[in-house]
Amino acid sequence: MIPAAFDYERASSLEEALSLLAEHGDEAKLLAGGHSLLPLMKLRLATPSVLVDLGRLEELAYVRDEGERLAIGSLTTHHDLSRNALVRRHLPVLAHVAGQIGDPQVRHRGTIGGSLAHGDAASDLPAVVLALGGTLVAEGRRGRREIEASEFHEGFLETALSFDEVLVEIRLRKPAHTGFGFEKLTKRAQDWAIVGAVAARRDDLPGGVGVALVNMAPVPVRAVSVESALADGVPIAEAAQHADAEADPSADINASVAYRRHLSHVLVRRALEKALS
Amino acid sequence: MRVEMRINGSPVSADVEPRLLLVQFIRDVAGLKGTNIGCDTTSCGACTVLLDGRSVKSCTLLAAQADGASVTTIEGLAPDGASDPASLHPVQRAFHEHHGLQCGYCTPGMVMAVTSLIAEAEEPLDEAAVREGLEGNLCRCTGYHNIVEAALAAAREAGVAAGPVAAEGEGARP
Repeated sequence: MIPAAFDYERASSLEEALSLLAEHGDEAKLLAGGHSLLPLMKLRLATPSVLVDLGRLEELAYVRDEGERLAIGSLTTHHDLSRNALVRRHLPVLAHVAGQIGDPQVRHRGTIGGSLAHGDAASDLPAVVLALGGTLVAEGRRGRREIEASEFHEGFLETALSFDEVLVEIRLRKPAHTGFGFEKLTKRAQDWAIVGAVAARRDDLPGGVGVALVNMAPVPVRAVSVESALADGVPIAEAAQHADAEADPSADINASVAYRRHLSHVLVRRALEKALS
Repeated sequence: MRVEMRINGSPVSADVEPRLLLVQFIRDVAGLKGTNIGCDTTSCGACTVLLDGRSVKSCTLLAAQADGASVTTIEGLAPDGASDPASLHPVQRAFHEHHGLQCGYCTPGMVMAVTSLIAEAEEPLDEAAVREGLEGNLCRCTGYHNIVEAALAAAREAGVAAGPVAAEGEGARP
């Protein structure tokens, strides 16, 4: 399959990427690892007229310990996240989830920033960043701004990023306790989750755990009702029954709405049992 | 646009359309037909090559993204590319000895994926790690048994296999 024709521009610096975006406006798409965008372009579901390739911006591939938090460059690959010593020590949930996305070849190319900015609610990393209460940093020609993970995904494949901004960094607090659970149901290896659930210990929440869902709405869903039930001392099995309270799942070839709701209860319970054990 | 890369150590450059995929560059520009196109949708892994040492699916990269990079294909694994079994790359030899193929279509991608898996192994590879490590490579003939045996044999030779060493010939069932 051959994508529709486009112009290709390779950015050699973030500054140059921002200039190219300003020049080409919303005709341009940013290319990171390309493992979400290129398949869409090959199917001609996406036909950008200009691709701005960020792939060489080593300056955006990093994990830094900033004391209370880790700062992760948006071009850090899933493979590198899964192997990074800081991520493994302070945010093992992120290392674990990054290490089971797709397959090794995909993890060698796919990036955390690409996954977030593509905005597919069936992807795993957006739910993890949401459960952890992350902050996303966008840079545009007018400067940098911070976007809370809960504000970032606005609709199906839509994010809060403006067409002339680049997602440059993901900031995640380091919890004192790093317990987590991640559960997803797939029919085959490599597949996207039919439903996924992540529970991650957090010090800054009254219930002590952040919970988010994969593929239960057009955007990743924070299971606030589960979190507050736990804060009220409700047992895990009962709290998990609230898993779909904020969700808006749709039916597809893999699952009905009712089955997705059922799955969310079961997977959230299992994720919580692991996170809090 | 001008794209230039090293494939199996040799420089290859051409003026190409930006939309040319890496697999097309390898097959049609460089003329190396060992890398197969299977599904063309990032699923089957038949087109797996090494990009700067890491396995990638070459149907899901633009040739432009590999500009300036070093690519290794199945033709570049054995030092002199010879067909003599004695001079094969250890992973190729393991597939040969353990009969890790039937029709052979997935084999170049399998061999490249196993090569990458062994190179980046952090701890000894056991059967489960090999099976998970080959999630991105589909084989519709073998049922995977002998592919896994071949990968474990190659891992043993590289000193990154877990568990007891299999007896001579074990796993090489037809």
